[in-house]
Amino acid sequence: MRKRLLIIGAGTGGLMVANFVGRDLHGEIERGEISVTLMGEQEVYTYQPGFLYVVFDLMRPAQLIRPVRELLAPGIAFVHDRALRIDAQAHKVLRAQGDPLEYDILVIATGSNLNLQEVPGLAEGGHWFYTLDGALRLRDALRNWQGGKLVLTVGVPHKCPVAPLEFTMMFDEWARLRGVRDKTEIVYSYPLGRAHSIQSVADWAGPELEARGVRVETFFNLESVDPAKHVASSLEGTDLPYDLLVAIPPHQGDELGSTSHLTEAGNWYPTDRHALSLQGHEDIFVLGDATNLPVSKAGSVAHFEAEVLADNLVGLLTEGSPPLHHYNGRAFCFIETGLDRATFISFDYEHPPTVPGATNAVHWFKQTYNRIHWANLKAVM
Amino acid sequence: MADDSAIRIDARGSFCPGPMMELIRAIKGASVGQVVVVLSNDSGSKRDIPLWSQKAGHEFLGVEEHGDYDEISVRKSH
Repeated sequence: MRKRLLIIGAGTGGLMVANFVGRDLHGEIERGEISVTLMGEQEVYTYQPGFLYVVFDLMRPAQLIRPVRELLAPGIAFVHDRALRIDAQAHKVLRAQGDPLEYDILVIATGSNLNLQEVPGLAEGGHWFYTLDGALRLRDALRNWQGGKLVLTVGVPHKCPVAPLEFTMMFDEWARLRGVRDKTEIVYSYPLGRAHSIQSVADWAGPELEARGVRVETFFNLESVDPAKHVASSLEGTDLPYDLLVAIPPHQGDELGSTSHLTEAGNWYPTDRHALSLQGHEDIFVLGDATNLPVSKAGSVAHFEAEVLADNLVGLLTEGSPPLHHYNGRAFCFIETGLDRATFISFDYEHPPTVPGATNAVHWFKQTYNRIHWANLKAVM
Repeated sequence: MADDSAIRIDARGSFCPGPMMELIRAIKGASVGQVVVVLSNDSGSKRDIPLWSQKAGHEFLGVEEHGDYDEISVRKSH
């Protein structure tokens, strides 16, 4: 009988798992022994790391978007629909537009979304670059920037944990090149008692920010925004007046998890940190931002998880073997430190990162990656 | 510190976002009076979490050391 793999979510994790498995099992799919179906709410994939560049007019939206169908390996079915509820007992997924989809193995790759409602006043008073619309609105605000006080805040949890540092360092250099840095005050706030959650990154970033004349406000967890008075307030009781508020909004998992009664607080799926199985379910796996794992919510994590998960899925689909490959918490993040230099960090569950000196070469490596990401998604790189 | 209603977070091996970020995330989702217990093998957590608890006005309950990791407890106060 044909084995059916269903993947919900056509972002980085979902696409990569589908393509890795689809390429490995091309023969089985052609012979009708195995089916691979990807369900996505959007017909296009958007490269979210590009938003940071859109803000500074360094990339155009059209460079970030491609149709999902063009990114899929041959033989993989794409269903453009929204999943409404997972019925884990009946092995099917109810959806908005058609009959339920049945599965033998389910992969959840539904990502994370902004939770603007958690911070009263943020939607009205703040800017952000974690959606394309938000990035374009911030780009327009910067095009008109003549100076003033920019305050950056960081919500918990959020994806791409180095992006707040990247934005701040890029903005500093951008303001210098525009000739308005002397009329611009930059305040970088952070929820913890240092400039980043990773100790080695904080040790590196603190002096870097100081050298750029950026004020660091620690222990600042944004609780509310007063859009009329232009004040951002923290749960620790600090008020920061601003002319331009750039917030990294708090994130939450997709509501599919809560409607299916499969997630914990924040709509995160309780996930085995090595096998990536949904706890209590041997036939459901989770990857990317959707998990509750204490790892970065970042494309590279979804990528490394997808490699491990695909190997396990191939074994499961062809031989019924239990997960043999373990995810080790691996993550890799480029860090832009201005407009023409960058560094990077690489780490896993056992090994914290170190931060090498920033170079022009790493910056161009990142620029190159921005343009060849598509090959990575297609699982051909 | 046995408390059936406590939220336990295994943040061992979490370098990014890190145990304290996990704690803040859990505190935000907890009920007032509920205890959040974080398991951490990051040596900075023992120093940072009491400082943050004081600044944010939550009750730091203490650290239990277990060899290669610590169990750190905070009660949500407001």
